[in-house]
Amino acid sequence: MTVTAATTGAPAPSPEHPHLAVPPRNFKTPIVLSVLALLTFVVFGLLGDASDVTFRLSDANDAVPLAPLVVPSQLFCIVLGVLSLLLTAFAYVQAVRRRGVPLWVSLVVGAFFVVALFASVGAGNSVPVVFILTGAIGLSTAVIFGSLAGVIGERVGVANIAIEGQLLAGAFVSAVVASVTDSLFLGLIAAMIGGALVSMVLAVFSLRYVVDQIVVGVVLNVLVIGLTNFFYSAVLADNAETFNFPGTLPYLPIPLLSDIPVLGPVLFNQRITTYVMFLLVPTVWFVLFKTRWGLRIRAVGEHPLAADTVGINVNRTRFWTVTIAGTIAGFGGAALTLGSVGAFVREMSAGQGFIALAAVILGRWNPWLAAVAALLFGFSRNFRIWAGQIGSPIPADLIAMTPYVVTLIAVSVLVGRAVAPAAVGKPYIKE
Amino acid sequence: MKLELRGITKRFGSLTANDAISITIEPGEIHALLGENGAGKSTLMNVLFGLYQADEGQILLDDVPVAFSGPGDAMRAGVGMVHQHFMLIPVFTVAENVMLGHEPTRFGGALDLPEARKRVREISARFGFDLDPDALVEDLPVGIQQRVEIIKALSRDAKVLVLDEPTAVLTPQETDELMTIMKQLAAAGTSIVFITHKLREVQAVANRITIIRLGRVVGSAEPTASSQELASLMVGREVDLTVDKKPLEAGADSFVVTDLTHFDVNGVTLLDDVSFTIRKGEILAIAGVQGNGQTELTEAILGLRHRVKGSITLNGRELLGSTPRHILESGVGYVPEDRKKDGLVGEFTIAENLMLDRSFAGPFTNRLSVDFGHRDDFARSAIGEFDIRTPGPTTAAGRLSGGNQQKVVLARELSRDLALFIASQPTRGVDVGSIEFIHERIVSVRDSGVPVLIVSTELDEVLALADRIAVMYRGRIIDIVPANTPRAKLGQLMAGVAS
Repeated sequence: MTVTAATTGAPAPSPEHPHLAVPPRNFKTPIVLSVLALLTFVVFGLLGDASDVTFRLSDANDAVPLAPLVVPSQLFCIVLGVLSLLLTAFAYVQAVRRRGVPLWVSLVVGAFFVVALFASVGAGNSVPVVFILTGAIGLSTAVIFGSLAGVIGERVGVANIAIEGQLLAGAFVSAVVASVTDSLFLGLIAAMIGGALVSMVLAVFSLRYVVDQIVVGVVLNVLVIGLTNFFYSAVLADNAETFNFPGTLPYLPIPLLSDIPVLGPVLFNQRITTYVMFLLVPTVWFVLFKTRWGLRIRAVGEHPLAADTVGINVNRTRFWTVTIAGTIAGFGGAALTLGSVGAFVREMSAGQGFIALAAVILGRWNPWLAAVAALLFGFSRNFRIWAGQIGSPIPADLIAMTPYVVTLIAVSVLVGRAVAPAAVGKPYIKE
Repeated sequence: MKLELRGITKRFGSLTANDAISITIEPGEIHALLGENGAGKSTLMNVLFGLYQADEGQILLDDVPVAFSGPGDAMRAGVGMVHQHFMLIPVFTVAENVMLGHEPTRFGGALDLPEARKRVREISARFGFDLDPDALVEDLPVGIQQRVEIIKALSRDAKVLVLDEPTAVLTPQETDELMTIMKQLAAAGTSIVFITHKLREVQAVANRITIIRLGRVVGSAEPTASSQELASLMVGREVDLTVDKKPLEAGADSFVVTDLTHFDVNGVTLLDDVSFTIRKGEILAIAGVQGNGQTELTEAILGLRHRVKGSITLNGRELLGSTPRHILESGVGYVPEDRKKDGLVGEFTIAENLMLDRSFAGPFTNRLSVDFGHRDDFARSAIGEFDIRTPGPTTAAGRLSGGNQQKVVLARELSRDLALFIASQPTRGVDVGSIEFIHERIVSVRDSGVPVLIVSTELDEVLALADRIAVMYRGRIIDIVPANTPRAKLGQLMAGVAS
């Protein structure tokens, strides 16, 4: 052998692979965990408030009342902080041994941080657990619908920037149709059609005329904002009784299940829009990953030419998939009006379509994870509302920021490098 | 199944890619389509497969005329194809890739994965493949990926199987195995169209040979025909398949790579303790199947990679840690493996591409402006010297043929004073005429006393050029052997079998 490679410093040689270079240690996760653990221990614990905090787990009129949990805020946070620090130490040990840090460690440290945040902000006050969770779901509903639309679109290879426009179109159409026909059901149907139409415009321009998908999406958003603003001022504002008074969908408590403590009121006493959302997340996952249609959708989004060579019509698949994604986003728009405030308001989607896009990427193009990411958004918004209500001494904007920071860190650490479908945004042009 | 192509003509704008091509392939026959890169073989097969529509001509299966509006039609009629660039979805499993487009389903469109796995196992068992239906395709070596492609075609009962340059990515052993599989399939009645430009393989496996040049059938031959006969039919003139090389007059050690390691962001090893030395006036060729660290090695030398440890010295000066610009200025000439992506700006003219490396300083610029006169003079002289076939220096580089593009890159990289020359896949996708020219230039660089590093997955090229051969396998240099090492031994090394 004339190989000149040295073998010094390498681990024990194996017959199959006599010398192996040792990869560098990766301390990313432990470093982030130590920041979280130290914040929990120092800021919420050592520098915290000694007064008691009350976690209210049920309302007075619940079927199964649970006693509130009362703990001294500072001591509670110190305990959580110490536990977090121990877990972080374990993470360092794992990293030194070149082993991965188990996911549960990161999740527990993150959860402790959030609980400590509540305990600290709510010191001397009470934390209404049910209100916070229910509100979080309510505030996330439209974003979750939007993120599902985004996941489906990107999976088939079309970047759907127009989710914002689809939500807004759905919100507008549902309010007007429900008011005019006096039928909430027709309002929901109309919202789906409205969202689908916006999607079809996106599909026609980006697939048939090969206009850049981002450009079409942005133009569509501006178009829908312009149109709804115009009709709102010109028609709706002066005739609100006729055109913008649809009413709201009733709450539908599910017998028995809605009596479960904490979870019952959060999950089983909701509007139809929320139940549809609960069902849609697993459905979209099942369709994408367990059905023929989903396999073809993903094939088209990953490698359109390969899909074409096995007889799949790429552009037809893209067109109909994007259209269906539009119906989902449109339905999400109805959740903003019929499923919430009961009227259309100017630009009421307020950027939720873009948050949904972020949720798609944070959720790694997976319906479950995207829904969780969207839920985090609603959770943060509701946290800020609650902190404002109890008059926390810390500036509300600063508090509102923390969940986002945690999310960003969590995503960068836990998720690692997210890989988008390979053909997102690329038109498929045949000779 | 008998396949007949009758008078197929396919034009792209003013270019006639296929000009009235007629071929008949008998049932159970291995029919080789031999032709240079760009001769129109792949176009013809894409017409057959329904990806392109022919402008004229007819396709007949068992004497019945057929018309395919898409690959789906072709597959239903029993035509299967293993594409040169695999049509596999990397993030799908083997079973998912095989069933795509004709998925077995249970109620309501739900995929029947157990059935799909069973199909993969059944067909692999027939050929003695050991394929895990649940393995992700991106985790499989290319040789195995090719088997997935074959299974994909067979799972749709292909009676005619087209293999488009199937050996380009294989080790010699894998090539032998593929040929056994082809013979097995033919014996079972499958008609096989074997597209290639490698004479050795044609002679080994084909029953009949049709030679295509510039879109036309220029002749047919029996497998007993000699290499010289086949080559001159393919190229249209007498060709000299050997490279004239003076005996080695190696000087002092010049380019020394020591303990080079490189990891990706996830800590996966890409280069594993790579060490070698090249003397002045010597060609070291790196052989190996594609994807075994060759790309990473050349890019690491050029300073294009992060997370590299070890040492790279050129005439005693450390290059590792320098910027690509400094490395180029210290006299490194570099022909990247993908000229369209890394070697040229396709939209730029030939003249602009020729000065790309010296846009900041040097003969082409004076203070803030480009010396257009000098640039165009230089381009004209390079076009002459390197025999670049083009209307003129203002032609966009992207419009040139592969061979001429490569000559532009070569002209640029050889126009500096060199202390080291690196050429990765110097003749990939290049016509035979240009290959001879490029090989001569590389040898003349060596003879001028410069150390030369060649990376090639073509064993013929390695053997033609090398003074010594280093074989890479999984990011390691598994051995460095003399140039007269037998082919079989090199094949073993390429498959990771060290001596």
